Amino acid sequence: MEKELRVKKIKDGTVIDHLPAGSALYVLRILGIDKNYGETVSVVMNVVSKSAKVKDVVKIENRALSPEESNRLALIAPGATINIIKDYEVVEKNKVTVPEELVNTLRCANPNCITNQNEPVIPSFRVESKDPMILRCTFCGRIMDKELIAEQA
Amino acid sequence: MDLKGQDIISLERLSDEEIEYILKKAEGHEASLRKGGSALCKGKVLASLFFEPSTRTRLSFESAMHRLGGGVLGFAEAKGTSTSKGENLADSIRTVESYCDVIAMRHPVEGSAKLAAQVSNVPIINGGDGAHSHPTQTLLDLYTIRKEFGKLKGLKVALTGDLKYGRTVHSLSKALARFGADMIFASPDELRMPKDITSKLQGKYGVNVEEKAGLVDVVKDVDVLYVTRIQKERFPDPEEYEKVKGAYRVDNELLANAKKGMVVMHPLPRVYEITQEVDSTPYARYFQQAFNGVPVRMALIAAVLGVD
Repeated sequence: MEKELRVKKIKDGTVIDHLPAGSALYVLRILGIDKNYGETVSVVMNVVSKSAKVKDVVKIENRALSPEESNRLALIAPGATINIIKDYEVVEKNKVTVPEELVNTLRCANPNCITNQNEPVIPSFRVESKDPMILRCTFCGRIMDKELIAEQA
Repeated sequence: MDLKGQDIISLERLSDEEIEYILKKAEGHEASLRKGGSALCKGKVLASLFFEPSTRTRLSFESAMHRLGGGVLGFAEAKGTSTSKGENLADSIRTVESYCDVIAMRHPVEGSAKLAAQVSNVPIINGGDGAHSHPTQTLLDLYTIRKEFGKLKGLKVALTGDLKYGRTVHSLSKALARFGADMIFASPDELRMPKDITSKLQGKYGVNVEEKAGLVDVVKDVDVLYVTRIQKERFPDPEEYEKVKGAYRVDNELLANAKKGMVVMHPLPRVYEITQEVDSTPYARYFQQAFNGVPVRMALIAAVLGVD
């Protein structure tokens, strides 16, 4: 068994594991991580996991994810795990789950939806199906499928 | 059943029992209407906010409130209101709610009724929010069919015309399925009922749904023929439109083969899709359908005001 780690352990921060292969770059976008982000971020793509499946891993130092960020993550990576690391130890481990309703996570794809007008309103979506991911706007009823969701990821 | 203070945003948000209750109450209001109305809403005010034009919906809401003995204020188009000066809907609603006890609203933007309900302290009745929902139309359609046949379950209803884009037929088909009516969808290929709706009707409610082209075979077999308009702009080729227009027109020749007791309905306005000769036949119900909008809206107004 290969003992050598591809990326060294982080002291404090978050490790997002079991991401579907190819989704790591979307995750960075969702979390607003780019060249101006001040902390160290490690991205590992297409590694073979213990279950022999190919996966991506993202390690972010000195940052814990907010519930909104976890919700957004769930849209593209249901089943991923979020490990909170403190002093090199995993102190919390959560599986990303898709909530029944997503509030203030995405914009509705319908340009004529009230949530896309100049109104004091927070967009929200009911999860119609988790696999494949299908959301329905609770205001205008528009269906958002995987492609429309990915456009905003 | 207590609907006091409840918003009427879409039919999906009403339970079967609540829908039955409104339809039942509407029967009583129809009886009172024929004797000149009642005073159930004396001292109450309906704000009729129509941000886009409507004939039947607006006038029947206003008529309904008058027939209940209440007062009506409002506008028939956004022009001349604060909206034309740039005021958003939330502010308009917060202003108007202090002048009235209930708001009936039509607005061109989808989801506007839900937003209005979120900011308003008085009940909102959705009179149509863009392409999204028009629950009072569906309720009056259900009322009309039930009045005719005494039931909804087990009936066979054909929906024809623009089934792809038509808000009315989408909403009505779901409601009919909830109450156990089977359906035939008859439309040109370009304007077929969306697959997600068809499969939901069969899967969730277990009703029979058939799709057919043309009306000749359909009228022999159904209790209700619900006609909607096919819009010219849906067809890039004008010749194709002319062809389709003919195949989906309801006239006396077509009705010669109709099932005994069948009724023809239409949300109106009709243009060419039902010829005027049909108006005087025993099949025509579309003007009675428009009339039924009044008792149904009386029932809704009285129910959300808690005076029924």
